[in-house]
Amino acid sequence: MNDIALAARQIKYENRSFWRNPASAFFTFVFPLMFMVIFNLIFGNSKYSPFGPGGTVSDFYTPALMAFAIITACYTNIAMGVVFARESGILKRLRGTPLPSWVFLFARIAVSVMVGLLLVVIIGAFGRAFYHVRLPGLRTLPALVAALVVGAATFCALGLAMTTFVPNVDAAPAVVNATIFPLLFISDVFIPIQHNGALTTVASIFPIKHLSHAVITAYNPLTKGSGFEWKDLAIMGAWGVAAILFSLRGFRWEPKEQS
Amino acid sequence: MTETAIDVRGLRKSYGTVEAVRGVDIAIATGEVFALLGPNGAGKTTIVEILEGHRQPDAGTVSVLNFDPARRERAMKQRIGIVLQSTSIEQFLTVAEVIEMYRGYYPKPRPLDEIIDVVGLTEKRDERVKKLSGGQQRRLDVAIGLAGDPELLFLDEPTTGFDPGARRRMWDAVKNLVSLGKTIFLTTHYMEEAQELANRVAVITAGRIVAEGPPGTLAGRETSQTVVRFRLAEPVPALPRSLKKAMTSKNGRVEIEAADPVKVLHELTGWALEKNVTLDELEVARPTLEDVYLQLTGAEGQAAQ
Repeated sequence: MNDIALAARQIKYENRSFWRNPASAFFTFVFPLMFMVIFNLIFGNSKYSPFGPGGTVSDFYTPALMAFAIITACYTNIAMGVVFARESGILKRLRGTPLPSWVFLFARIAVSVMVGLLLVVIIGAFGRAFYHVRLPGLRTLPALVAALVVGAATFCALGLAMTTFVPNVDAAPAVVNATIFPLLFISDVFIPIQHNGALTTVASIFPIKHLSHAVITAYNPLTKGSGFEWKDLAIMGAWGVAAILFSLRGFRWEPKEQS
Repeated sequence: MTETAIDVRGLRKSYGTVEAVRGVDIAIATGEVFALLGPNGAGKTTIVEILEGHRQPDAGTVSVLNFDPARRERAMKQRIGIVLQSTSIEQFLTVAEVIEMYRGYYPKPRPLDEIIDVVGLTEKRDERVKKLSGGQQRRLDVAIGLAGDPELLFLDEPTTGFDPGARRRMWDAVKNLVSLGKTIFLTTHYMEEAQELANRVAVITAGRIVAEGPPGTLAGRETSQTVVRFRLAEPVPALPRSLKKAMTSKNGRVEIEAADPVKVLHELTGWALEKNVTLDELEVARPTLEDVYLQLTGAEGQAAQ
């Protein structure tokens, strides 16, 4: 079997494992939809819309939670899943087989990206069906896809890099959530930021704000031109490259010594 | 014709200032079942993980199927099977799915049903890994190790923490492999396991091999003196003088070292019948592998029990 066929096969098993794991399937899949319902219930009366007058706050939450879905499916899911696989010895066992290491990581990443993109489609459909959020036109579709793909790649890489900071399985949820949640609040994901201040300056250092901004722009039917936010894509990409370099140096395949 | 499956010379490995392995030589022929015995922390796992390619040696030469395991070549990994000491398995796949997944990594995998059968998990083939008992998961570990139909199988403490029934089932599984002509490198701290499975044993303590040989003759076990033991409940007439010389007695427990146990037993039982003495708990024992092992590993061996 060649390595491509091997990777396809590995994706099949990783995908099966993902959907059969109630914890990962729930937190990755149900969370963004749950937030969508909750935020719309709480802020539904707000007249704020990034799409301009006549819109609703759902116009904001639909693309913003697409960004959130990419982050949980890629970053959270990979960081937690790989730490678990490492600490329970699954990575070490795989290293002793002829399976090339990249095939395993590639399969994990592929499943995460597929889950993330599936969620994006569901969120878009959800927003259209229940909150009358207009779909983006074909004109900005390439920009939306670019934002999602660069975002998915960046957050997968960040998830892998984060595993090098997590010492054990118990610490994984704490470390992973602590790195992400504060930023979600100040990065135009959970709350629409309408006035710039110190917090938005801080947020713009990190990649989350750039993902949500790029997605929201491309999703907005009133956006002029192609909707590409090159600066956002470049900053995200820089984080992604840094994360890859970091992972290459510090990635561990073996659990911490037990004795 | 005997080929060498594993050849290790002058192997050394330190962790910081701790010398875990201090100059070890091991040669294992194809088809042999070799057991590395030793207390916890003696260096067993370090050695086996160097052979598997998981760790790099500090000094010495290591050859596994004529490969240098430190180079982690795919061609070597295609021909070996590894059962690590403590690893979990993909929890949400079934027994058959997990084995099937691992089979796909090898050029000439062993048929799925044969693998499941060899480790005795036929009834559990469609059960999810999560639902298996500890012993069943361990046998699945072995099944995964067999997925590629390896010529050489590493088993690192395959039955630690098992109940006696589960241990028997694991031994049966390993014996099945032996009958297929596989070379097996086993580490264990159970004497019985080494005795049952291995045709050659090496005892390691504090990073050095202190004895090596077939389990029956390890460290001169076959020439050691037999001991006749029994208990005397109440004061009895004096034993024959010929027996007294080799006798030690403590709290009514008597031990007689016997170079010729037939003669000693004859005299002893003759005397007992004649004087109408009961010999409680009478037994004749050769030193067990465990006795030899404890003697070789000294206090360290006892501390680890």
